[in-house]
Amino acid sequence: MSSTSSNDLAWNKQALQPGPEQDAVVKGVTEEMEDKGFIVANLDKVVNWARTGSLWPMTFGLACCAVPMIHAYMPRYDLDRFGVIPRGSPRQSDVMIVAGTLTNKMAPALRKVYDQMAEPRYVISMGSCANGGGYYHYSYSVVRGCDRIVPVDVYVPGCPPTAEALVYGILQLQKKIRRTGSILRG
Amino acid sequence: MADLSENLPAEPARPSPQQALLSAVLATLPDGVVIDSSLARGAEPEIRVRRGAVHAVLQLLRDKPEFAFEQCMDICGVDWPQRAERFDVVYNLLSLTHNHRIRVITMTDAVQAIPTVSDLWPSATWWEREAWDMYGVVFEGQTDLRRILTDYGFQGHPLRKDFPLTGYVEVRYDPERQAVVYEPVKLQQDFRNFDFLSPWEGMTTLPGDEKVHLNRITRE
Repeated sequence: MSSTSSNDLAWNKQALQPGPEQDAVVKGVTEEMEDKGFIVANLDKVVNWARTGSLWPMTFGLACCAVPMIHAYMPRYDLDRFGVIPRGSPRQSDVMIVAGTLTNKMAPALRKVYDQMAEPRYVISMGSCANGGGYYHYSYSVVRGCDRIVPVDVYVPGCPPTAEALVYGILQLQKKIRRTGSILRG
Repeated sequence: MADLSENLPAEPARPSPQQALLSAVLATLPDGVVIDSSLARGAEPEIRVRRGAVHAVLQLLRDKPEFAFEQCMDICGVDWPQRAERFDVVYNLLSLTHNHRIRVITMTDAVQAIPTVSDLWPSATWWEREAWDMYGVVFEGQTDLRRILTDYGFQGHPLRKDFPLTGYVEVRYDPERQAVVYEPVKLQQDFRNFDFLSPWEGMTTLPGDEKVHLNRITRE
């Protein structure tokens, strides 16, 4: 498989450049796998499978959006099925669900928690207030979108979004990880 | 069975419990303390007292057994910018013993201090901190007069009518300084006031729609 074929995914090239390193990996596995990138591509897939299958969210319920988020965790929608288990510590979590109004006073704390999360880390912005200030856009005390504080991967619209919408957002994040995830260190 | 009540002499209309409470309070308080009193919405006793007397009045309302207002449910402010003493400070009291409530209002401006009631109700500290935070009302004797709701280092008192809606600063994360920084507010789009009246001239009332038109909020 050449690196220009249509099946070749972009992250294959980023992960391991052709060279002695890659050759060593390829030779080390089997001589039949002379195709550059084959092993690496599958390793990425395995890693992404593992990542998407255990997205542990940092619970960051800031306002009423936390209620549908809790609904999504509860048995009816049961995010456990997707390996999504809420964590109380940023050290243990992969994704932060910013659910609710982010105020100026909370912003440094949110950034601190985000900084404490281990790579790779993702952010889901849930609801109008987290997306862009929403109802409180012109308020003196509200951040006009949590993307002013942390980089956001998925925006879930709604005021508040339903639990289904949040589950859909998590599925979209899984899709994004499958497409763009790499084993490169950031 | 015949209705016997029509033969009985008509009972004099008894005052409502709220009216009775208000009368009792007014009778108990000394002269010159109460500026005004009313039964708001027909059921809410409300007295307006002088600033200097507010602590004594509240203590009396708490300690007299026939009033026994054990709980201070709320202390809040109201801003009337056109008035010289622009702030109302409103105390909402509740007596669980007698199941009645009363509202005590006093007035002040940004400089004149109001005596604290945290010695009467320790919970009043938080309310007074909130009133200070939002309106800048000063409470004399309150040892813990810090901001309670707004951001650390916040400037101004946001519920005053002359405080701009969007405030003065906004925050963002600065990747170079690796910190959340404060900057002057820059809005992408100004705040807009929508009225939902039709911009079209001419027929404003559709046939059969007259009732809706009558109830419509008219343009100021």
